[in-house]
Amino acid sequence: MSRAATAALRDPLRGLSTWWTMLKICLEERLVYRGDFALGTLMRFLPIVTQVFLWTAVFSATSRSDIAGYSRNDIVAYYLLTMLTRAFSSMPGLAGGIARSVRDGSVKKFLIQPVDYVSFLLAARVAHKLVYYAVAVVPFGLVFFLCRSYFPPVPDATTIAAFLLSLVLSFLLGFFMEATLGMLGFWFMEVSSIVFGYMLVQYLLSGHMFPIDLLRTVPVGSGGVSLADVVHWLPFEYTAYFPSAVWLGKVRGPELLGSLAIEAAWVVAMAIACRIAWRRGTRRYAAFGG
Amino acid sequence: MHNTDLGGMAGASEPVIHPVIHVAGLAKEYRVYDKPEGLAASIRALVHRTSRVVEAVKGIDLEVGRGEFVALLGPNGAGKTTLLKLLSGIITPSRGTATVLGHVPWERADEFRRRFALVMGQRNQLWWDLPAAESFRLHQEIYRIEPARFEKTRDELVDLLGVRRLVLQPVRELSLGERMKLELVAALLHEPEVLFLDEPTIGLDVVAQHTIHDFLRDVQRRRRMTVILTTHYMKDVAALCERVVVITRGEVLYDGSLAEIVDRFTTHKIVTLDLDEAPDRSRIERFGFPCEFRGPQVVLRIDRGRIADVLPEILGTTGVRDVSVEDVPLEQIVAELFRTDAREAAAAEAGR
Repeated sequence: MSRAATAALRDPLRGLSTWWTMLKICLEERLVYRGDFALGTLMRFLPIVTQVFLWTAVFSATSRSDIAGYSRNDIVAYYLLTMLTRAFSSMPGLAGGIARSVRDGSVKKFLIQPVDYVSFLLAARVAHKLVYYAVAVVPFGLVFFLCRSYFPPVPDATTIAAFLLSLVLSFLLGFFMEATLGMLGFWFMEVSSIVFGYMLVQYLLSGHMFPIDLLRTVPVGSGGVSLADVVHWLPFEYTAYFPSAVWLGKVRGPELLGSLAIEAAWVVAMAIACRIAWRRGTRRYAAFGG
Repeated sequence: MHNTDLGGMAGASEPVIHPVIHVAGLAKEYRVYDKPEGLAASIRALVHRTSRVVEAVKGIDLEVGRGEFVALLGPNGAGKTTLLKLLSGIITPSRGTATVLGHVPWERADEFRRRFALVMGQRNQLWWDLPAAESFRLHQEIYRIEPARFEKTRDELVDLLGVRRLVLQPVRELSLGERMKLELVAALLHEPEVLFLDEPTIGLDVVAQHTIHDFLRDVQRRRRMTVILTTHYMKDVAALCERVVVITRGEVLYDGSLAEIVDRFTTHKIVTLDLDEAPDRSRIERFGFPCEFRGPQVVLRIDRGRIADVLPEILGTTGVRDVSVEDVPLEQIVAELFRTDAREAAAAEAGR
């Protein structure tokens, strides 16, 4: 094998081994604070209770047995599944943390040392999530078990596989979107208001607040296009609505494949955006101060 | 066979010795925005901000050879840290060129980044909540250090600083001095050829400073490492550096040996006399040198050229038990150097 070919093979392997070491160290670091998670996780289920009460009131006020294709049980199952999806796609503190590292100068470390900041952040976030799941599995398991009657029968293997794939992609999508937002810290001293704006749009359009199917009746323009059709092409619904809809069997066949393709395309697009923002940002940082 | 034109040939056959650090006309300007005082002015500033250009470094030339230990001195805001940031590739210059180990630092090539280290006294590179051993392990990975070599280097460095028992303790539980020692170990694990130290002894006690001096001297000599150190402690300079570069207002004011700085910028020596009892002042004052009386002790400032002439006569004064002749402390020389420069700057400003 030529030298170049050996190097080409060795480098990704070295990269992987570096990443694995980073992951292990991040895991150890997260375990220092494991106690914080347990209570926090249970607290996160509280808003669901309000949602369930609200929807119970909606259903009792109407004679219809379903709204936008969702029965009363579906709605409860939907919100619980959204919680699960958000456990993958939400990135608490990621954007703010990046912006802070720029502000207080700790980002310098990644300019001096031969290590990639984005890879490092990804390792740290995977570690963060793994530790979180290890703790959260108990409250999640408990709530899902208590609410099992709301769920439709367990779907077939293909649907489960698509659901798991959509979850992994939703993690990556959430990561790259928030990381890109955080990189704006190179241009603005404070990104918290930008992050707040993002959260608001995210809350409305991701399906976190209500199933996106409700937007099918909202027309956009006069061409028979609904707001749901528009949202379908945006990244947001893939971080909450989509995986839940897959499990509940609302998206099937070619539509399922198409949606997974859109989700994957957004992951790639945001990964590229994140990389560009990092390049430009560090260039600006190097030119203006540091 | 002889050839009259050997110029190019000779150059090719002899290894050309490049300086490890080469800096030419390096300048860095910042645009700073003035933050006006008062609410009304702050609101106006939202629309129109006034800014001015600050030249942190203006046209620095510097060459540092392999194995040199250079002190970079200067008052706060002189541009020392900016220069180190330029040389370690954190920032790009406005003008000029620099190479470190043959690389342009701000291109940040991984091959370059594996060959140098920067230690900042006020910044933590170690993981706060984890034992230092974990940070070392990560460094082994990102700097691609062979396992056997890693363990050997780590053990050697840890033992030199006497911090072996601290590597398994979470970093946040350690004292400032202990943390600094472990920072140094982390920075030297990959055996950098060039090391930049930005105030490494800031806030440390005398014992810790001493340990770090011995350590740095030892490692630097053994590895023939090229080191640039910024500091405000002249003890660091005296203990470690043969060469001193003084920077004020972004320009090199002095570049030469430590011995020469004393030679060039001092006109007198400090002579201390220990007497049996508090002396009759007039007997000492008649020599005509500035003097200070501290009970039975007298401190005189005597012109360097005249020491040999007048010292015997002074020693002839009755009751002298002991005498010491010293150079003006480095702190004072440097402080005077900074002050003179600041006065000249003010005069130039006023004359403009």
